[in-house]
Amino acid sequence: MAKKRVMFTFPPDLVTEPVIYHLAQQFRVVTNIRRADVAEDRGWVVLEVEGKEEDIDKGLEWVATKGVRVDPVGGDVVEG
Amino acid sequence: MSFARSLRCRQCKREYPLEPLFVCEFCFGSLEVVYDYEAISQSLTQESIAAGPKNIWRYRALLPVEDEPINMDAGFTPLFQAHNLGRALGLERLHIKNDCMNPTWSFKDRVVAVAVSKAREFGFQAVACASTGNLANSVAAHAARAGMRAFIFVPHDLEQGKILGTAIYGPILVAVRGNYDQVNRLCSELAERFPWAFVNINIRPYYAEGSKTLAYEVAEQLGWQAPDAVVVPVASGSLLTKVWKGLHELSQLGIIGRVGSRLFAAQAQGCSPIATAFETGKPVRPVKPDTIAKSLAIGNPADGFFVLNILRESGGRAVAVSDDEIVDGMKLLAETEGVFAETAGGVTVASLKRLAAQGAIKPDELTVALITASGLKTIEAVQEKVAPPITVDPTVTSFEQEVGERAFWTPPPKDTGRTDHG
Repeated sequence: MAKKRVMFTFPPDLVTEPVIYHLAQQFRVVTNIRRADVAEDRGWVVLEVEGKEEDIDKGLEWVATKGVRVDPVGGDVVEG
Repeated sequence: MSFARSLRCRQCKREYPLEPLFVCEFCFGSLEVVYDYEAISQSLTQESIAAGPKNIWRYRALLPVEDEPINMDAGFTPLFQAHNLGRALGLERLHIKNDCMNPTWSFKDRVVAVAVSKAREFGFQAVACASTGNLANSVAAHAARAGMRAFIFVPHDLEQGKILGTAIYGPILVAVRGNYDQVNRLCSELAERFPWAFVNINIRPYYAEGSKTLAYEVAEQLGWQAPDAVVVPVASGSLLTKVWKGLHELSQLGIIGRVGSRLFAAQAQGCSPIATAFETGKPVRPVKPDTIAKSLAIGNPADGFFVLNILRESGGRAVAVSDDEIVDGMKLLAETEGVFAETAGGVTVASLKRLAAQGAIKPDELTVALITASGLKTIEAVQEKVAPPITVDPTVTSFEQEVGERAFWTPPPKDTGRTDHG
């Protein structure tokens, strides 16, 4: 089993959608939210995703295709 | 010996031992080094610092390194009063901190010196980073000096000059086919998989501490005082938070007086998540960078939240300037003070210009602008924007014809009272 720590940033139109629920259901991964800030028109969630590496990768790809931005928890690692 | 005591989560304040960790296991917040300031205050004085080497290691008591560090003489770069630029902007006490004068010509040598020293101390055989320029140059050079292997990841379409400026030091240089986000993702995964010290990932808490030396030097070179205003170019935001931490540490130790500095964050409009958040009063939202200031092109700034807090607490603000203003800023700094800075320097000067015009920085305030890297690294940004040479035949007649009246140019009244420090 693998684990990945990621940050999701939601655009306004996806704030009310149960994206994390569907991620867990469709890709057989366990999601564990550690920090979040969600308001009516915006939101971010820091979470750990655990499961088979292949499932995690497919799941995160699906989240990104929904329009949610997926980032490493420590921010961008490519620096100037 | 080091006075570093532990790592502490910047969000939930849980403490961890001094190991290669970078996020809190509980809340995934970032970690920061904390020190035994009482012990430091027993031995550290203005005099003991002044007796130290003329590089960042004169502040070793405030850095998290135990063993003999990797020393390429990073730091102790010039701070000078910028009379000409100050006159152009209406600022009477403007100072430039010229960090182009580092071993690989950028402020990254400060952070990398600490990171590579710490990596060796932890027993790592290899260091790594993902970079579009300055960080790559510095990690490759410091690894060479330390006798360590370096893995450097760059976007495949990086300019030749930047590739050469890294390749010359002999690292394993990997050009990744993919966009910025893909390079980001790949490097985050590699950092978890391979036993490397990824300088800005698994040893980031130590790496970031090197930036504090910029604040220490500014205070020392100003005669042991904090400036009224500091303009800081902002990418991840780490530099600004560490300048703030550094000034407050000196004050806490009684080495300088009260810190009344206002900090100003300078960003490029094409990548200004922090400036946007400051203006709107909302949290930082990641963006896709699109600016000539590539060294500041971090769309998801790790320290954005902390930068916003400092700007508000200090009474400063954030500014975002256009690519045209950046180029104008680079030219203005070069033409007034003889300093050729890279695009990030253009962002700083253009932001300073705007802040002075708005009255956010007053003419008589002691102001410091941080110039963080050399312009020779980003010549493509200005190569079409400077006057071409005047071509003449090898005769006096041709010279007089082509140069004309300009041959009889009279200099403006001589500037006196220039003050240079360090």
